[in-house]
Amino acid sequence: MQHDKEFLIGFYRTMVRIRNFELKAEELFLQAKLPGFIHLYIGEEAIATGAMANLRKDDYITSTHRGHGHMIAKGADVKKMMAELYGKETGYCKGKGGSMHIADVSIGVLGANGEVAGGLPIAVGAGMAIKMQKKDSVVISFFGDGASNRGAFHEALNWASVYRLPVIFLNENNQFASTERVTETTSVQNIADRAVGYNIPGVIVDGNDVMAVYEVVKEAVDRARSGGGPTLIEAKTYRIKGHFVGDPVLYRNESEVNEKWQFEPISRFESTLFEMGIITDAEKESIWKQAEQEIKNAVNFAEKSKYPEPESALQDLFESDTGYDY
Amino acid sequence: MREITFSEALGEAMLEEMQRDPTIFTYGEDIAKQGGIFGAYKPILGKYQDRILDTPISEEVIFGSALGASLAGMRPVAEFHFADFLFTGMTAVANQIMKFKYMTGGQGKIHLILRGPDGISKSAAAQHSESIETLFMHIPGIKIIVPSTPYDMKGLFKTALKADDPVICFEHKMLYAKKGPVPEEEYYIPFGKADIKKEGKDVTVVTTSRMVHESLKASEQLVKEGIDVEVVDLRTLIPWDKELVLESVKKTHRLVIIHETWRRGGWGAEIAATVQEEAFDYLDGPIMRVGAKNVHIPFSPPLQDFVVPDYNSVINEVRKVLNV
Ligand SMILES: Cc1ncc(C[n+]2csc(CCOP(=O)(O)OP(=O)(O)O)c2C)c(N)n1
Repeated sequence: MQHDKEFLIGFYRTMVRIRNFELKAEELFLQAKLPGFIHLYIGEEAIATGAMANLRKDDYITSTHRGHGHMIAKGADVKKMMAELYGKETGYCKGKGGSMHIADVSIGVLGANGEVAGGLPIAVGAGMAIKMQKKDSVVISFFGDGASNRGAFHEALNWASVYRLPVIFLNENNQFASTERVTETTSVQNIADRAVGYNIPGVIVDGNDVMAVYEVVKEAVDRARSGGGPTLIEAKTYRIKGHFVGDPVLYRNESEVNEKWQFEPISRFESTLFEMGIITDAEKESIWKQAEQEIKNAVNFAEKSKYPEPESALQDLFESDTGYDY
Repeated sequence: MREITFSEALGEAMLEEMQRDPTIFTYGEDIAKQGGIFGAYKPILGKYQDRILDTPISEEVIFGSALGASLAGMRPVAEFHFADFLFTGMTAVANQIMKFKYMTGGQGKIHLILRGPDGISKSAAAQHSESIETLFMHIPGIKIIVPSTPYDMKGLFKTALKADDPVICFEHKMLYAKKGPVPEEEYYIPFGKADIKKEGKDVTVVTTSRMVHESLKASEQLVKEGIDVEVVDLRTLIPWDKELVLESVKKTHRLVIIHETWRRGGWGAEIAATVQEEAFDYLDGPIMRVGAKNVHIPFSPPLQDFVVPDYNSVINEVRKVLNV
């Protein structure tokens, strides 16, 4: 696989942007500046980044409660994301959704989702639409290991297989569903093994290796675009942070986390880039600086933005009438 | 005017709109070969075979995929088979379809329809007989149509097929074979416009769906006793026609509400509360509600008849409210 320098540095840049967004979100949350609760993608950046590099603007994704990385990699505006985390009127959802409900239908993000596995049926529907429209777009549906134990997962895979829909089911196996270890709750050793039951390809990939994710998703996307139907991909990774910011994390030792941190995707890819002589210290420095600045600007934008007018809570239920006053 | 059945009216609405709009397609269990359990899709069979799909028994995906398909530019019409099985995939309806637009600050046009039969039939028992329209009125986020005649079925469904919001359509099983006048010319019925199915001056009966016919039957009996009932068919519950109901009550000064769904917490309570808030001074008596007794629909015919209201229940409540 031959890729030019800009392409590879693009991966690095996207991962660094996600990392910076997440570190800042964590800091702001701990300073009690963000209402609600947030789930961080730290340590999982390679999955969204590698996967999304295969997508066009007219492709769709469905995301999860841990969705900031998916949004950024699909091309979302971090200002509007940050404003939504603050609950401001300039946010993606005008303050009505928060972290778990960010969506940007205009770039094909059919929603983060507060319901575990809630996105899979939606992804399947987008896949049906693409097929009816005879287009060559695809859908990637992101979901966790925990989500693969919900009925929606099983219904969606069977359905997508039956109709040969252009949907890639991209499992982010970060080893935990909230406080529960995947091994305690899941009947198979690998989530990808479940593909057999639905007669579709099931592939395992190192989710902390951005190039590997890119390659595996590329194959699945190519297959989907050319009418070959769905693929289940399991990207094995590790959730470095707690389930949500503020999680007391009583279910694992710090030493386990420290060990896993050795394999976190950004420094791993950075070493590769240095080995290949593709990046210099100065370039690396500048990528981090730029990302920090971008996120700083987003925070400024969010802080300067206004909270929505209370009465605006009554808007947006329906397209064609109010829906609340009768 | 020519007469067609309720299910033919639905089929005609689908056929006309599918011709006009290539993004309309429909799917569910047992529809593509049979045209639906009640034959409503017979008019489209053979003409649009690639736009009518039999699906796996996967209710969460039947409903949830409708959201995805509409966001991706199609107009899906998903069948729920029996209202009772809305519960099977209810999370996709209540947590996804009904919340998406609001949660995302108004993004997307969610033009999708969920439709299918509800209500009792001949001893279908508790898991095939429910009327659960109240739930969708209680939870914000979906338009509700509950037609009672072929004319209303066609006109409301055609409007639903052009709407840019999610719509759920409850078709009473015992209405599918009912015939009624439907003009050849095209027409649409707007949401939120009730229809006075019979004018009267003594008491207003507000109702929908099959109970419209029970109410009309009751009014024929009551007219012999000198009681002139006004039968108001709401036709849609979200939105519901508050103005027309208030106007009617201001004329008759008495109100009875009847629905097949349970009396306790049924949508009649909402109408009753609104009327007493906004037209209290016009009322000459308590507002009465008629609904199923607060148990499940039982199997044996005498049990079902006892639990579910009919025209006799309407007659009794009307007499009560008039003190006769
Ligand atoms: C249907 C549903 N059940 C429970 C929850 C509460 N909950 C939120 S995230 C989560 C764990 C999800 O685990 P997984 O799918 O592996 O994703 P991860 O958090 O590891 O990214 C749970 C139980 C929920 N949001 N939705």
